[in-house]
Amino acid sequence: MMTATLPPPPLRLDQKRIALAFLLAALVLVIFRPALPAGLIRLPEGLILPFADWINATFAFARDELGLMTVTRAFSDMVEACLDVTANLLYGKSRWPYVGPIPWAVIAATAGMAGYALGGARLALLAGGTFVWIAVMGQWKWAMETLSVIVVAVPFSVVFGLLMGTLAWRSRLAERILNPILNIAQSLPHFAYMIPVVVFIGVGPKAGAIVTIIFSVPPMIRMTLLGLRGVSPEIIESGKMSGTTRLQLMTRVRLPAARTEILIGVNQVIMQSLAMVVLASFIGMPGLGQKLLQLLQALKIGLSVEIGITIVLLAIVLDRMSKAWAVKQPEHATGPWLYRHRLLLIWLGLVALGFVLAWVHPYFSEVGRKQALSMAEPVDAAVGVLIEMISPVTDWLRWFLITWVLIPLRDAFLWLPTTAVLLALAGIGWRVGGLRSALVCLAFALPIALSGWWDRAMITVYTVFVSVALALILGVPLGLLGAVNEARSRRFLLVCDTFQTFPSFIYLIPVIMLFGVNDVAVIAAVVVFATVPIVRYTIEGLRGIPPEIVESAQMSGASPMQLLRHVKLPLAVPTLVVGANQSIMFSLFMVIIAAFIGTQDLGQEMQRALSSTDVGKGLVLGFAVAFMGLLADHLLLKWAHGRGVALRSS
Amino acid sequence: MTASEVVISCRNVWKVFGDYPDRLRLTPDTTMDELRATSHIAAVRNVSLDIRRGEMLVVMGLSGSGKSTLVRCLARLLDITSGTVEVEGRDIGKLTEPQLIELRRKKMGMVFQSFGLLPHRTALENVAFPLEMRGQDRASRIARAREVLELVGLKGREGYFPRELSGGQQQRVGIARSLAVEPDIWFLDEPFSALDPLIRREMQDEFLRLKGMLAKTIVFITHDFDEALRLADRIAIMKDGAVEQIDTPDRIVMAPATPYVAKFTESIDRARVIHAGALALPVDGRPVEGDPLPAGETLHALARRIVGDSRVLIPLSTQGRISGLLDRKAALDLLLGPAT
Repeated sequence: MMTATLPPPPLRLDQKRIALAFLLAALVLVIFRPALPAGLIRLPEGLILPFADWINATFAFARDELGLMTVTRAFSDMVEACLDVTANLLYGKSRWPYVGPIPWAVIAATAGMAGYALGGARLALLAGGTFVWIAVMGQWKWAMETLSVIVVAVPFSVVFGLLMGTLAWRSRLAERILNPILNIAQSLPHFAYMIPVVVFIGVGPKAGAIVTIIFSVPPMIRMTLLGLRGVSPEIIESGKMSGTTRLQLMTRVRLPAARTEILIGVNQVIMQSLAMVVLASFIGMPGLGQKLLQLLQALKIGLSVEIGITIVLLAIVLDRMSKAWAVKQPEHATGPWLYRHRLLLIWLGLVALGFVLAWVHPYFSEVGRKQALSMAEPVDAAVGVLIEMISPVTDWLRWFLITWVLIPLRDAFLWLPTTAVLLALAGIGWRVGGLRSALVCLAFALPIALSGWWDRAMITVYTVFVSVALALILGVPLGLLGAVNEARSRRFLLVCDTFQTFPSFIYLIPVIMLFGVNDVAVIAAVVVFATVPIVRYTIEGLRGIPPEIVESAQMSGASPMQLLRHVKLPLAVPTLVVGANQSIMFSLFMVIIAAFIGTQDLGQEMQRALSSTDVGKGLVLGFAVAFMGLLADHLLLKWAHGRGVALRSS
Repeated sequence: MTASEVVISCRNVWKVFGDYPDRLRLTPDTTMDELRATSHIAAVRNVSLDIRRGEMLVVMGLSGSGKSTLVRCLARLLDITSGTVEVEGRDIGKLTEPQLIELRRKKMGMVFQSFGLLPHRTALENVAFPLEMRGQDRASRIARAREVLELVGLKGREGYFPRELSGGQQQRVGIARSLAVEPDIWFLDEPFSALDPLIRREMQDEFLRLKGMLAKTIVFITHDFDEALRLADRIAIMKDGAVEQIDTPDRIVMAPATPYVAKFTESIDRARVIHAGALALPVDGRPVEGDPLPAGETLHALARRIVGDSRVLIPLSTQGRISGLLDRKAALDLLLGPAT
């Protein structure tokens, strides 16, 4: 017999006890709620701090006293000059250089060739085909309005991201300052960015471009930092031994060696830009997003499906192309000059052909309104039939959910005393990560209570809670199904990847189609959006289990069910929790976007702040959402990390 | 080799990692435990050594013994905590950045364990990189890079990217790059460790060929004792950051300075290392009979002749002159183990 020495207990006993004490206190507050003084149920009016006024005062000071307006004007003028060029080239806005619009045939051919160069025939077909679809369906102008902004915003974001990423890499202090800012920035909902931009820039394409630039910088900063950190020390040493100066080392060794990470950053910038540009329709950005918004508001399902397909196709093309670029490895070229430059030559040939076609027949230059194809009518008809068929089910589901799940839950969340929620959060924090985590939880939750938006926030929490719960119920079995074997999990992950590239706005089309405009539609949209990360992380968690462990369980005679219950699921849980965390983040973003269908939560208030251009209120609401996200993020990741470490060390 | 000029000279070099290494007071007697108590770690501990022009010094030790750190101190890729490193009489710790860059551009070349090639440049562009850094014009640096690539046997592979080359070929590119500027001092940090044994052998032969063609001062790092014995003029054996012994391969094997060194040499086939000359006794008027054996060969290479010989004392010759006498019994003991 081996003598076993017990490992030190993973949690100190007092940590557990303190957590329990907090939770009990919270419970007591809940039980005795009817007897509680009003000041414990909701914070008294006197404690509510006028955060919004402070922010407004700060902004007014920055704008009027510091002359920030001049700076933003200068920057926005620069962006506008670039926008004019792309607008002229892509859809013929009459601005310098007055040469556009480039015929769609040329752009489609260019996209096809770029696709071929990056990823072969299939990507060429996808890229070229997408642009042909856009032209043939008569959406060219809207798509080009959208693209003209992306084409300008992406390079700006990439350059800013590179500069700030390099700064953060060079100076610890800069990193320490940037890190929390990035954390908050990446959990602020889209609308929170729009309000200050509206105040400083106004509405329209220029504002759309600028909000897109600001929104898409954070991932670039992170990826630049990651890339620079990840360069192998030997490559840097070999650079130094080659006698590089600091600048040479940076530009010729470090940055090129970090190429893959930087290009993945570019990919993320592009995808974020697309998502934002579509949403920027709320601040008067023309293009696909605006068209979709109008069509959705008019409940024109067929036409909005057409636009939706275009946005989805664009998202897939942009994602695949930029990812292909990131993973593309250099290859040596041999052969004569003509052979080595064949792609360039073919492209030039195709461009020439496109111009000739456009000159011969105007159809290849611009597809007129009359010539455009449309599938709206058959889609509308089909949707009508479908709705007819399933409406008993959806109606019942809607009734059931609203009466028996949503309203009771919402009321329950609103019924909870603020103090009880705060105590419970502190208790959970203490249980997960001791005093520090308890303080972190309070630091995120207390400002929400103090801001006076507690009720709205609780509605958001309830929506996210319901959605993530449903997403788990749907996503985990799907993940189990997907993880059965290697080939299938690859297919599932590809589908998840593709879904994740879609701008969140798109998810509203099918749910409005099925459920109409109400609470259930909001929940449905959020659930669809939030299920994707759950499926993905379930699969990754299950596939990531070391095969020896599974084999040893099988040799112990575990049946497939036992294997799943006792071995696979427990080991996959930390990964699954990371998925749930991402799911919560996605839900928060989606809930806020879904506000325009009609909700009563923070998102709704944010829409109001946007239409009344109230920066203070908008930012307070944005921070409230961000803090909820960060709170969940802190708790779940801390727990998943601790659990993962405990599993690995055993 | 004696009395030739010293190229690199280290005096009491320390390299300590930790929070505040500069505040430590380091003396030759400072122990690891004292440092550890202040949560510092000494990667290089009070090392003093001289490397002479044209000499090849192999620094040997297990992983973590500080050999790679030491060579990085010699190239000032790391700033040392205390002591001095002089290269051609100049204290490199006192060089300004431009002077240091100048030194590396003109005098030093280095080869890395995992090659350290720039992934986005072709073999040719990698080799031309140091020349590019010092501002040489394109035509001449390309010509020079082609020349060096041919020297290491990579003609025809100029346009390949590192990932398209095998490990051995990548290291040939690394070697070519380090030679492109015609450095006087050549650092090789475990250049063949990442290669599989067959390729390693081939690269060692290649290296010996290059070494014969180019007169360079070489510091070669390895954890492979056989490799060290095969290549070295002198070997420095390191343990826990300190040099245990620095000597010729014969002396290391025959007269290990510390138990640690002795343990290292235990499993070595000594006859393959020790040269006949290392066992030579002075002639001192004793009779010299018959044909001499070459003193520069290892006992293993002479084994057949020593076994077949009947003389008690076999004369040895160095460059045609009798340089000493080999005690046949001692040689046989080394070859076959002591008689029982």
